[in-house]
Amino acid sequence: MAPDASVKTASAAAPVTATPRVGRLVRWDVIVTALLIVVFIGGALGTPDFATGDNLSFALDDLCEIALIALPMTLLVVVGEVDLSVASALGMSSALLGALWDAGWAIETIVPLLIVVGAVTGLVNGLLVTRLGLPSLAVTIGTLTLYRGLAYVVLGTKAVAEFPQNYADLATGTVPGTPIPYPFALFIVLAIITAVVLHATGAGRAMFAIGAQEEAAFFAGIRVKRIKLLLFVVSGVVSAFAGVIYTLRYGSARADNGLGLELAVIAAVLLGGVDFDGGRGTLGGVVAGVLLIGLLRNLLMLRDVATEIQSIVTGLLLIVSVLTPRIVAGVREARRHPRGSMSASSQ
Amino acid sequence: MSESPPILALRGVSKAFGAVRALQDVSLDLHGGEIHALAGENGAGKSTLVKILAGVHRPDEGQVLLDGRPRDFRGPGDAQQAGVAVIYQEPTLFPDLSVAENIFMGRQPRARFGRIDRGALRSATAGLFERLGVSLDPDRPARGLSIADQQIVEIAKAISRDARVLIMDEPTAALSGNEVGRLFSVARTLRDHGCALLFISHRLEEIFELCHRVTTLRDGRLIATEPLDDLTPDDLVQRMVGRELDTLYPKQDTTPGDALLTVARLTREGVFTDVSFEVRAGEIVALAGLVGAGRSEVARAVFGIDRYDAGAVEVRGTRLPVGSPTAAMAAGIALVPEDRRQQGLVMDGTIERNIGLTTLRTLRRGPVISRKAERDRAADWAIRLQLKYSRLSDAVGVLSGGNQQKVVLAKWLSTEPSVLIVDEPTRGIDVGTKAEVHRLLSELAADGLAVLMISSDLPEVLGMADRVLVMHEGRLAAEIPRAEATEETVMAAATGRTRREAA
Repeated sequence: MAPDASVKTASAAAPVTATPRVGRLVRWDVIVTALLIVVFIGGALGTPDFATGDNLSFALDDLCEIALIALPMTLLVVVGEVDLSVASALGMSSALLGALWDAGWAIETIVPLLIVVGAVTGLVNGLLVTRLGLPSLAVTIGTLTLYRGLAYVVLGTKAVAEFPQNYADLATGTVPGTPIPYPFALFIVLAIITAVVLHATGAGRAMFAIGAQEEAAFFAGIRVKRIKLLLFVVSGVVSAFAGVIYTLRYGSARADNGLGLELAVIAAVLLGGVDFDGGRGTLGGVVAGVLLIGLLRNLLMLRDVATEIQSIVTGLLLIVSVLTPRIVAGVREARRHPRGSMSASSQ
Repeated sequence: MSESPPILALRGVSKAFGAVRALQDVSLDLHGGEIHALAGENGAGKSTLVKILAGVHRPDEGQVLLDGRPRDFRGPGDAQQAGVAVIYQEPTLFPDLSVAENIFMGRQPRARFGRIDRGALRSATAGLFERLGVSLDPDRPARGLSIADQQIVEIAKAISRDARVLIMDEPTAALSGNEVGRLFSVARTLRDHGCALLFISHRLEEIFELCHRVTTLRDGRLIATEPLDDLTPDDLVQRMVGRELDTLYPKQDTTPGDALLTVARLTREGVFTDVSFEVRAGEIVALAGLVGAGRSEVARAVFGIDRYDAGAVEVRGTRLPVGSPTAAMAAGIALVPEDRRQQGLVMDGTIERNIGLTTLRTLRRGPVISRKAERDRAADWAIRLQLKYSRLSDAVGVLSGGNQQKVVLAKWLSTEPSVLIVDEPTRGIDVGTKAEVHRLLSELAADGLAVLMISSDLPEVLGMADRVLVMHEGRLAAEIPRAEATEETVMAAATGRTRREAA
């Protein structure tokens, strides 16, 4: 009977092609989390000042811009796009904050304005990508230099300091009774929201579909361009707000604030197992990736490792996190029979 | 057929993948000067057999015989050396190289100092095309060649390597009528030159037209090898599916109701012009025509995938905005697109998520998608459409073509459309599933859906449609009621030999 043949085909092919993919994701999350624990224990044993409440608070605070920006970045990478201009948007926001504060504006006025500016930076990226159909990699490399340039136009090479103490406290203080700094608490809240959006809502389903097969998503009535545009705007807004936190944390507004931060963000996202080609990834993995990057940065700093070495480590992690899943997949591919030997090509 | 030993043969070949026995004790003889058909449903083992002949897989048991002597193909290279060539449905050429360079890739004739001898390359290629009886420019780049021409290039490549066995794995699936004719004449030329050909197709009429003998597989077993002269198409179908099919075209009679879809003077410059028609409730209207006549493009414009320059699309009298699939869906249109793999499905996605993708809004409980609702809906449709799957959380990519198409149908029918547009609903689908899809379309129409069916499969058009609209070069060339629709009237209109009679 024909149905029997089909049933066999489906059930036979399933363990061969479907499970490794799911398995790979689960395992990648687990690997990163395990690595996180190993690094933590290793750090606690090998570096005396590491496992103290003060240091961990500091490490989390130091990580919060990367962590915050990693959230919209995750969504962008899932839909198959990327935003490299985030660190420059952060720098521009920082420079504007400095210039306006210097000019006597109130923080309460400046911050909403910066949010709007952030939305505009994202809108520019998004419109160039969705309306003109340009690749986001190219567009945001362009705006990376553009926004950084604007930051220098706004503030030049000077630094603005002496922001009000109550706001500086907000950026560096911890939630009472915990070692968690306020900005990182914000990250936790936003991470939960992002996780729900990505993994449990229709919008999340749509994002995965866009990243996996954009044309099919469009044919299914999903507003692909609108979603992408929105994500770029969110990325701009979060980057701008991260610029405020950065400035207040260091108590210094400079045009070169957050230089090169985008690479750490992308490293964290990819390390978290999000497929750079889109369509695959989990927010849990990204949180683990962010924490791992943060711990490593903190450990390297405690051990007085030069910043050059720190960026080398970030770069290596980036490459390893992109490469490893592919090598694993390649090994699997080679080990099993050529794909779809019965089902895929016989129609 | 012939007294000499077969050029290539399989003796008692079995092959298993894990627990699945793809082939069991299958034998096959391919003689020179003969075109042999291989028939069977999806999953019957045809592709595995082809891959064994091509050296991609090695049999677990049994032998591959070349000129009567056992041969062990250790890889595709061995099979190629032995003169076995496979022409796939969609060849992969180097788009930026010329046709001639593609054919002689890696074996270019050399002039002095190792330079490629362009003159020799060109004349050798022209010679090959002459032998095949086709006219193609050896110097043109492969980019932009039709799939039919790409296949010809692949065949020429095979001939240039002195291939004696040519395996054509569903070469006609993406070809138009004329192109199929040309491919067949090339195949016959090769046969007359003494080649052995193995031809695989889901289209029975092609098998009967081209081949001498047919080997039928079912569930990995050899059912029969027999001359086609003694068979009727019904016999062959019965061997393939192992039971009598009630009928391939179970069209119910219905009385059409109100016009649900009205397309008025739709024009997209350079693509289609002044297309007007309506589809009423309970009606199946076929949109026929040659490949490239603009049928799919009209469907895409109606559904909002592409924009149009003039005209209007109305559903139940309400005009749709231009270029918005979301609006078209809200108005009750569903489109089962032509390209299942690119447009119809997210191939990496699971069955349940693919089915749920069109109805995310109704799967919500509060702001969050209910996984239970998602799974229940998928399970409902899987049962209604008799989907063959092992788990709803499997990627759709592992399903057979027919079952993938059922997922696409489920995905769209779950939007509860009033107008269903299906573009090549049964392309590349085995005959059993094809009959199921037809029965489904017929039932849906009987339930009051307006169905617009685009199809290049003429028997399907004639068997299923209440009315046939025929497009020719971007215009509606004819509207033919069921009673008057014949192969002749439809083809005449499709090729531009009759003018449009009524709107």
